[in-house]
Amino acid sequence: MSLTDISSNLLYVAFISYLIATFVFGGAVKGNKAGTFKSEKRWGTIAFAITVFGFLANLGYFFTRWGATGHAPLSNMFEFTTAFGMTLVGGFIVIYALYKTPVIGMIVLPVALLIIAFASMFPSEVSPLIPALQSNWLAIHVSTVVIAEGILAISAAAGLVFLLKEVDMTKKSKQRFWLEAIMYSLVLVIGFVVASTYFTATGYEAEFTYVDKEGVDAAITYKMPPIFGMNEYTQMTEGTLTPFVETPAVVNASKLTTVAWSLIFGTILYWIIRLIARKRIAALLKPFVKNVNLQLMDEIGYRAIIIGFPVFTLGALIFAMIWAQIAWSRFWGWDPKEVWALVTWLFYAAYLHLRLGKGWQGKKSAWLGVAGFAIIMFNLVAVNLIIAGLHSYA
Amino acid sequence: MEKMQCTCGHINPPGTVLCEACGRSLTEKEQNSKLVDMRYEGTARRSQTYNKSIVDKIWNFFSSVKVGVSIIVALLVAAAIGTILPQEQYVTVPVRTDATIEAYYSDVYGSIGKVYYFLGFNDLYNSFWFIILVGMLAISLIIASLDRFVPLYRSLKNQRVLRHQSFMNKQRIYAEGPADADSMQKAEAKLKELKYKVSTDKNGLLAEKGRFSRWGPYVNHIGLIIFLFGVMLRMMPGFYVDETLWLREGETRAIPEAPGYTLENKGFEVENYTGEDGEEKFGEALDRVGTVAKNYQTDVVLYQKPEDALPGETNLEKVKEYPIRVNQPLKFDGYAVYQMDFKEDELKTMTFALTNKETEESLGNLTIDLINPEKEYTLDGGSVVKLLGYYPDFSGFEDGEPQTKTPLPNNPGFLIEMTTPETPQGETSFITIQNTVEPFGDNDYKLAFQSVETRDVSGLTIRKDRTLPILGLGGLIFMIGVAQGMYFNHRRFWIQQQADGGIILAGHTNKNWFGLKKDLDQVKEYASLPAYTDQQEEIEKLEKEEAELTP
Ligand code: HEM
Repeated sequence: MSLTDISSNLLYVAFISYLIATFVFGGAVKGNKAGTFKSEKRWGTIAFAITVFGFLANLGYFFTRWGATGHAPLSNMFEFTTAFGMTLVGGFIVIYALYKTPVIGMIVLPVALLIIAFASMFPSEVSPLIPALQSNWLAIHVSTVVIAEGILAISAAAGLVFLLKEVDMTKKSKQRFWLEAIMYSLVLVIGFVVASTYFTATGYEAEFTYVDKEGVDAAITYKMPPIFGMNEYTQMTEGTLTPFVETPAVVNASKLTTVAWSLIFGTILYWIIRLIARKRIAALLKPFVKNVNLQLMDEIGYRAIIIGFPVFTLGALIFAMIWAQIAWSRFWGWDPKEVWALVTWLFYAAYLHLRLGKGWQGKKSAWLGVAGFAIIMFNLVAVNLIIAGLHSYA
Repeated sequence: MEKMQCTCGHINPPGTVLCEACGRSLTEKEQNSKLVDMRYEGTARRSQTYNKSIVDKIWNFFSSVKVGVSIIVALLVAAAIGTILPQEQYVTVPVRTDATIEAYYSDVYGSIGKVYYFLGFNDLYNSFWFIILVGMLAISLIIASLDRFVPLYRSLKNQRVLRHQSFMNKQRIYAEGPADADSMQKAEAKLKELKYKVSTDKNGLLAEKGRFSRWGPYVNHIGLIIFLFGVMLRMMPGFYVDETLWLREGETRAIPEAPGYTLENKGFEVENYTGEDGEEKFGEALDRVGTVAKNYQTDVVLYQKPEDALPGETNLEKVKEYPIRVNQPLKFDGYAVYQMDFKEDELKTMTFALTNKETEESLGNLTIDLINPEKEYTLDGGSVVKLLGYYPDFSGFEDGEPQTKTPLPNNPGFLIEMTTPETPQGETSFITIQNTVEPFGDNDYKLAFQSVETRDVSGLTIRKDRTLPILGLGGLIFMIGVAQGMYFNHRRFWIQQQADGGIILAGHTNKNWFGLKKDLDQVKEYASLPAYTDQQEEIEKLEKEEAELTP
């Protein structure tokens, strides 16, 4: 077995461990019929041990891949996103050690699973580094950022638990709507994973030529049945779906098609769950959070940001600027990736200042924690795949 | 406003909320609330005290956290808007003018692009309103910090051990009840063991830990202000150099904005991954994406004019040889030279043969240097080729005159006159690549193209930034400040033994109540102190129950 094989097997081990731990955590917080907390403690400890085991395997994946590629595995979408899933679990381990809260694990682990599964949809072969990335700062800068984001995301998990308990799911309200929207968007990630896996397994390919936004002829291969067509496209593969809509040149219709298929699969899946359960997903999770101490969740949400904010500053701004000065001759260039790091940072700065006032603890704070995670995910997914795609640098 | 005298006799500065000496509430609002507001120790802040003159009003505006947060949020939103479409610095148009850039936005992005340009978002981060927002952030940082730092410093410096009962029982953590005879001593011992600083006075003690963390926010704000000051400085001349130097292989040129320094390009190379020799592991990735660059490198020699050189002297001293690569700039004397761009295979020379069109017989070769062409080329047999005009980047004729787009030899055009023993009157011809025009009728001779020589051009950026140390200092201070304020907390306990032997205890921390309670649990256990309550939790519980009762 080569080092690369060992590495990907370790990632499987981590994935399976997290999956098992999710259920054990769920069982732990649901409690026994008598409603005693003894079983929560015992099963919580077992689930935590499984999580730590999975995390060690995950670290094993990371360092064996490092050995195999010769550089820190943080250089493309697959590697970075996988690392984020790993640090998310790492952040949880730190918080669990401090506060012993299995319920956070019940939220964090499935999200980490989704993130790792999402990452696996991107090409995962060992890829060489372009000159700009050949620097020790790759490891220093990116690993600090990804650790910080893992910690900050715990705030969203605590916020989510807070909201699951606090928001009344029996009455119509804005908060109920948005809470369910979060659940729906998590299901959409599963939709993306299912769609990608299905079309890859069936080997779907459709080739097109089109005219890009600079007016130059270009070619593209769709891996999913084309719902949207590229600007002035010509179909090159016979027998494939003819796009329903042609998009203007600035839109990457192939990516839009992927989004559309994820929406279709995700929405179907969401409604299957709802029809079987006859409840909203957020309501489905209610029984798991009934014993939660709200003040503790608020404290954890705040604490995670307090711990994560300095680390994020160091990694995403200071180390980033030092490296940019060395590689690109300027420490700051208002590149979209840089700007979104700044936006994330300003957002958490605003959070910290809002917490100084009384009215911003509890529910509002929980929503802000969740919003912070949304910004981090936007920076990871949208800025990499959509916005940066419009720029000469990627 | 007047000075405020407390019932304990102490005279407090105007605007004080909690008496500096005993801690009694001085205002009615404070007296009626269940918990005291400990954020600034109940001290008088300027912004809470004066609101008369225009200066007061400006001060109060900028010291408000609400205003500060609004500025932060405004910057955040503005920054995000700037990423919807690319900023104009990342836009490539053949010729850069306002008109072509405007056209680019509307051509590529349609009406969204038009609106974006119209609103000035194409250069958002340099727009005056964005810069003003940053300026307001700086002002707000300074004023808000001063407003709080000064009174907070005063009151934390002069803390009393003994506090009035009403101060104690309005703290979030509070306990009262009977205790053992040696509880005070034991509590003191345990608190010391937990690294608290303990001071005692009569029947009371004050235990304190991590006070320095209270200065964290002010330290980090100072760091930010220094950083912003550094950013402002770079707009001043002399602090900042940003030049581009295109250097051809074999060329030596003066480095712009670096007097006395000269750089020679010994050779430029681009190297791609091959997938061989230890790169087999990348094979799969290379098959998928095609070529991937591995290295861009310019081998240079840096020269300096000697210190004692006379004006006009051309002697150069070699300073160092260095391979400039991405991520490895050449550094000297505060300057850095970066590998930023390149152009491969620029035309260097062209060689022609002066040939008789009919017999195809050659009278000899001439080689034209495309950067420094000569005026006249004399061949061995006495023939002469005169260069009447040279157009390095020929772009067509205007009013019969040949034009050049740039001074770079991308598409050289030559207007020549050929004189041979057979055609002593001379023949004129205009030559470009693959095309010859004979303006005055058929010639007997022509210049037949033989060969070209090419070379690479390296695009280097010369940078000097004297603000970097200031920015670095600002960043360092910011990091110290946030770590100080966030990884440490200021925890305090006030404990008093009362006449009946019972004990009252109050606890406060600026952050991490969980940690404070953990400490207190240990002390309580060891010294058999009465059980404490988290009054905030109690209040919240009550409020919730009330809310549930009232439909
Ligand atoms: C990007 C800009 C800013 C950053 C990164 C920043 C950062 C911070 C941080 C990290 C804290 C500590 C928070 C905590 O410990 O919970 C803090 C506290 C504070 N900041 Fe800022 N700040 C910024 C701008 C401002 C502005 C514009 C104001 C103006 C009102 C302001 C006013 C305050 C105040 C009043 C405190 C609390 C001080 C205390 O508790 O003693 N900050 N700031």
